[in-house]
Amino acid sequence: MKKTLFDKVWDAHVVSSVPEGPDVLFIDRHMVHEVTSPVAFLGLKNRGIKVLYPERTFATADHNTPTMNQHLPVADALSANQLSALERNAAEHGISYWGLGHEKNGIVHVVGPEYGITLPGATIVCGDSHTSTHGAFGAIAFGIGTSEVEMVLSTQCIMQPKPKSMRIHIEGMPGKGVTPKDVALFIISKLSTSGATGHFVEYTGEVFEKMSMEGRMTVCNLSIEMGARGGMIAPDQTTFDYVQGREFAPKGAEWESAMTYWSTLHTDEGAQYDKEIVLKGAEIEPMITYGTNPGMGTGISGSIPSLEQAEGSKESYKKSLDYMGFNEKDQLLGKKVDYVFLGSCTNGRIEDFRAFTEIVKGRKKADHITAWLVPGSHKVRQAIIDEGLHAILTEAGFELREPGCSACLAMNEDKIPAGKVAVSTSNRNFEGRQGPGARTMLASPTVAAATAVTGVVTDPRTLID
Amino acid sequence: MAYDKFTTLSSSVVPLPIENVDTDQIIPARFLKATERKGFGDNLFRDWRYNQDNSPKTDFVLNDSTYSGKILVGGKNFGSGSSREHAAWAIYDYGFRCVISSFFADIFKNNCLNIGVLPVQVSEGFLQSIFDAVKKDPKAQVTVDLAAQTVTLDSTGEQENFDISAYKKQNLQNGFDDIDYLLNIKSSIEGFAQTRPF
Repeated sequence: MKKTLFDKVWDAHVVSSVPEGPDVLFIDRHMVHEVTSPVAFLGLKNRGIKVLYPERTFATADHNTPTMNQHLPVADALSANQLSALERNAAEHGISYWGLGHEKNGIVHVVGPEYGITLPGATIVCGDSHTSTHGAFGAIAFGIGTSEVEMVLSTQCIMQPKPKSMRIHIEGMPGKGVTPKDVALFIISKLSTSGATGHFVEYTGEVFEKMSMEGRMTVCNLSIEMGARGGMIAPDQTTFDYVQGREFAPKGAEWESAMTYWSTLHTDEGAQYDKEIVLKGAEIEPMITYGTNPGMGTGISGSIPSLEQAEGSKESYKKSLDYMGFNEKDQLLGKKVDYVFLGSCTNGRIEDFRAFTEIVKGRKKADHITAWLVPGSHKVRQAIIDEGLHAILTEAGFELREPGCSACLAMNEDKIPAGKVAVSTSNRNFEGRQGPGARTMLASPTVAAATAVTGVVTDPRTLID
Repeated sequence: MAYDKFTTLSSSVVPLPIENVDTDQIIPARFLKATERKGFGDNLFRDWRYNQDNSPKTDFVLNDSTYSGKILVGGKNFGSGSSREHAAWAIYDYGFRCVISSFFADIFKNNCLNIGVLPVQVSEGFLQSIFDAVKKDPKAQVTVDLAAQTVTLDSTGEQENFDISAYKKQNLQNGFDDIDYLLNIKSSIEGFAQTRPF
């Protein structure tokens, strides 16, 4: 039978199937962080059981952690308590823990790939919806709730009905200044935040084939924002070159045999998807959002749709624009911005900092802009310094912080104040996401950089030579 | 974690006719710092429910005593966004046992089913009928019958069937969870693990 990439990986992990019910899916890698795990560990304690496969489980601290002065004790008592709970739970169950201050610490979806924990053809879960990131390697990776975290800790399995498959194909290449983030925001603006619900997406087309692993991770990361459980890109030489030699990746004979299997991980000619979408690359320009969900985005040279043009409930649309302090038909270019955030599991990788630096090089941060530059991991931070990007950023008036999820969800001190507008490279522009009352406009690192130096929403193409 | 069995529920409803209600609205991230599962209901819809000085926003439905009940009725694409199960916990802890909408986000739906909150997906038309009925009579009752997989607007008798997998239905009716099932097949899981290359 002809199979899609998704079918191949899913079917290889089915332990058994419940009649008229879900599949019992075996999980190769389980990533754990401080926020969604404590109640799951408590559940194990109440049942009197231990983690079944600690060697398949990896814990890191990221959601709560401060991004300044990480050598000091965590000031917020509740965060400190959650961090120490994870440290205690990891020690008790024999799980490797990359906590605050550890050289491998960073955002769970940044460090997983960096250290070769993320592999093609694997099943990967984490109590975080952006686990879809790891699909960039041709893995099945998706976010789960805490009850499911408890399931995986205790049995290494999860009970899930098999999602439907969906292909999103982009014909042709986008033009100048368009980044992987723009490709993803464009897709979401076409599909809406529920357009892929119930499905696992495979991205195909030249634009994805030519993307770096960092770019593919950005795209797959945002799969959840179109409602999909996850997104995948078939592994190829780019994938294998990235994985080879990383600490937890297979070595020697194991590498050879893994490569034999991984080279079969592509959708068979003639295999059927449950749903297919085709979009044109040439239509994509640098994107920005204007509303309170990631589907409310447009090309940066566009304007906010009128109430009449808006899809769905008019009341919900109006509520959204009121929250943002915007009016229908407003132009996006030139809107005054107060904050710029570069970072998160969406855009906190080295390539994102290279793109940002490229734009701000030789320019200065606008005086009224507060900019938070937060690398996704210590490894990324070190690369920023080693590649000389740090010196350029400092010269341009920017400060580099320490790794963590930071202002993406504002669980630590990095909160955008009420009423302030932020251009953010993160993944969600929901009301209050970056702090109560904060107004978020999602965009690429390139748009964020252009905006940071001019102080208003700016098309980066006007700053590229 | 054990939860109350779900059989049939007849209740007035709390209407929230807003589309794309995301889990950051249901429970904002800053309230996810607990290490135990309790008290989340206090912060359900925190930023829609309270001003920044913690005074209640009088125009929000949870602060309007006209509306009450064990069923929350939300607009299309309810529960999108983050995987935080805390959103489902907050809904359960507040006292809801059922959420009705015309469309649910996947992870939220799973989380509800795993903790004993029944997500009931109805047609756009039926959803509107519920909102209309509640506008006319805030105490309008809705009956959800899990065994029959029906949802009924008691005042008009209007009824729809809803989908749920036979497995999840049985779990909810008996208060079972997936871990009980998985622990029972542990030896076959361990056998399977031996076959995994990495």
